[in-house]
Amino acid sequence: MEIILLLFFILILAIFLGLELISKIPSTLHTPLMSGANAISGITLVGALSLDTGSNLQMILAFSAITFASINVFGGYLVTNRMLRMFKKK
Amino acid sequence: MMEFDLNTMQQIGYIFSAILFIYGLKMLSNESSAARGNVVSSMGMLLAVLVTVIEIVNPVLVLSAMLLGALIGSAFALKVKMTSIPEMVALFNGFGGLSSFFLAWSEFNNLTGISLIMILSFLTVIIGGITFSGSVIAFFKLAEILKGDNNLLNKASRWFLIFSLLFVIIAVGQVIAGGLGYELIDLALIQKIFIALLIISLLAGLAFVLPIGGGDMPVVISLLNSFSGIAAASAGVLLTNTALIVAGCLVGASGLVLTLIMAKSMNRTLYNIFFVGYESSGSSAAEIDGEIKPISAEDAYLVVEAARSVLIVPGYGMAVAQAQHVVKELGDLLEENGCEVSYGIHPVAGRMPGHMNVLLAEANVSYDNLLEPKDINPTMETVDIAIVIGANDVVNPSATEEPGSPIYGMPILEVHRAKTAMVLKRSMASGFAGVQNPLFFKENSRMLFGDAKESISKLVAEFKD
Repeated sequence: MEIILLLFFILILAIFLGLELISKIPSTLHTPLMSGANAISGITLVGALSLDTGSNLQMILAFSAITFASINVFGGYLVTNRMLRMFKKK
Repeated sequence: MMEFDLNTMQQIGYIFSAILFIYGLKMLSNESSAARGNVVSSMGMLLAVLVTVIEIVNPVLVLSAMLLGALIGSAFALKVKMTSIPEMVALFNGFGGLSSFFLAWSEFNNLTGISLIMILSFLTVIIGGITFSGSVIAFFKLAEILKGDNNLLNKASRWFLIFSLLFVIIAVGQVIAGGLGYELIDLALIQKIFIALLIISLLAGLAFVLPIGGGDMPVVISLLNSFSGIAAASAGVLLTNTALIVAGCLVGASGLVLTLIMAKSMNRTLYNIFFVGYESSGSSAAEIDGEIKPISAEDAYLVVEAARSVLIVPGYGMAVAQAQHVVKELGDLLEENGCEVSYGIHPVAGRMPGHMNVLLAEANVSYDNLLEPKDINPTMETVDIAIVIGANDVVNPSATEEPGSPIYGMPILEVHRAKTAMVLKRSMASGFAGVQNPLFFKENSRMLFGDAKESISKLVAEFKD
């Protein structure tokens, strides 16, 4: 239980940090911000990697979780990179 | 004394990856460092994956799933057109939610007794499930495959949401009662409830997004973006994984900030957007005086050619017509002609936050020429011609002039105060808000009817002659 409370503490701090960071991002960059956030939400990959694969169902669940998270990670970072390289100042 | 086992190594790795994520987002606050920020963030992800992957039990399964995901993701990222980015982001929000959904499902199956941890797996499944199915609906709405104007279905959806909420409260109550040692509630019962919860959360996502109008999709995908992060953070608490918590919260906060910015730019409350909709939010606009003054491309050229300062205001119509490249060409020709050209970007123009900026960046428009309403409105009188390309509600003067209008109070680009407003439009149909636009009837307005890309191409051709 103590660990859970500690985790909630981290959670709260991270939310406030996130709000501060994001509110400084100019509206010009909001689309790449969103696709970049897509990529970061692929962090579930880290959780999915260590899932139990004992039964058939567990195997399917782990496989699906890893696949969808990887789509986000690879797709998200690549498309964000593609967009951000277009932002140029002349 | 701390031991240097694998787990400690992982935790240290997660700390560094959190630093990289945070620094990457910080670098995104400036156009010149944003691209590097994205790379920094991806290094954070790489590090987090590397320290986790060392101890995997089933390498064949893990690597083949990762490879599959990498192939699909990369194909999406390299193929997608810039005009379709909103659809892609919507879909990816859904994938993030779905991944958390599976994660929590799998974790639930590992639990051998009733405990309060179960509530976390419930929570993750609910948020993940809503995010997934809601995003799929948002995707279909953005792709204009789905309209969602069936009133009966919309009403049923709202009732289903209430039912889902009640079910969740009862489900959580059962877990708490079981956790406290109530003997009537055993694991088998909780497992049945969980299966029902899986289905209900998916249906609730459908019921949530189905009734929301296509014009409100920028807010919806921002919110679902936030949900995908919250689901990951919730899964992180469930798995006691700090990397998931920190990264998930950053995404959750990001989506939340964007949602609030969007709602503010539309001058509406979140409740109004998600549960009321535009149609019923106000009385219809008053009769509009004045007449529409159409203009031919030839005449439009003469007007534009004489202008010293031009403001280009793009909207979703520019995206539909894929007109960003000819718009940029027109802008260049005007500049060669000694005219000052800037671009007025409204925060909710297009189908997602910042949509117009990406399209114009693709067409090579310098980002310091992209201005927000608050930068332009004060000097609008000095603009000779405001060229409105497929935008409607964001330039509707009712927002400032007509207290009875549903969009009254919404910050707009006040192009009606420019010397001339030239509106490129396919027809006289009203915008997403379904509100008539008095701008078109103003004395200083000219309407250039037709496909945005064709109209601008004609102007460009006239310039070159």
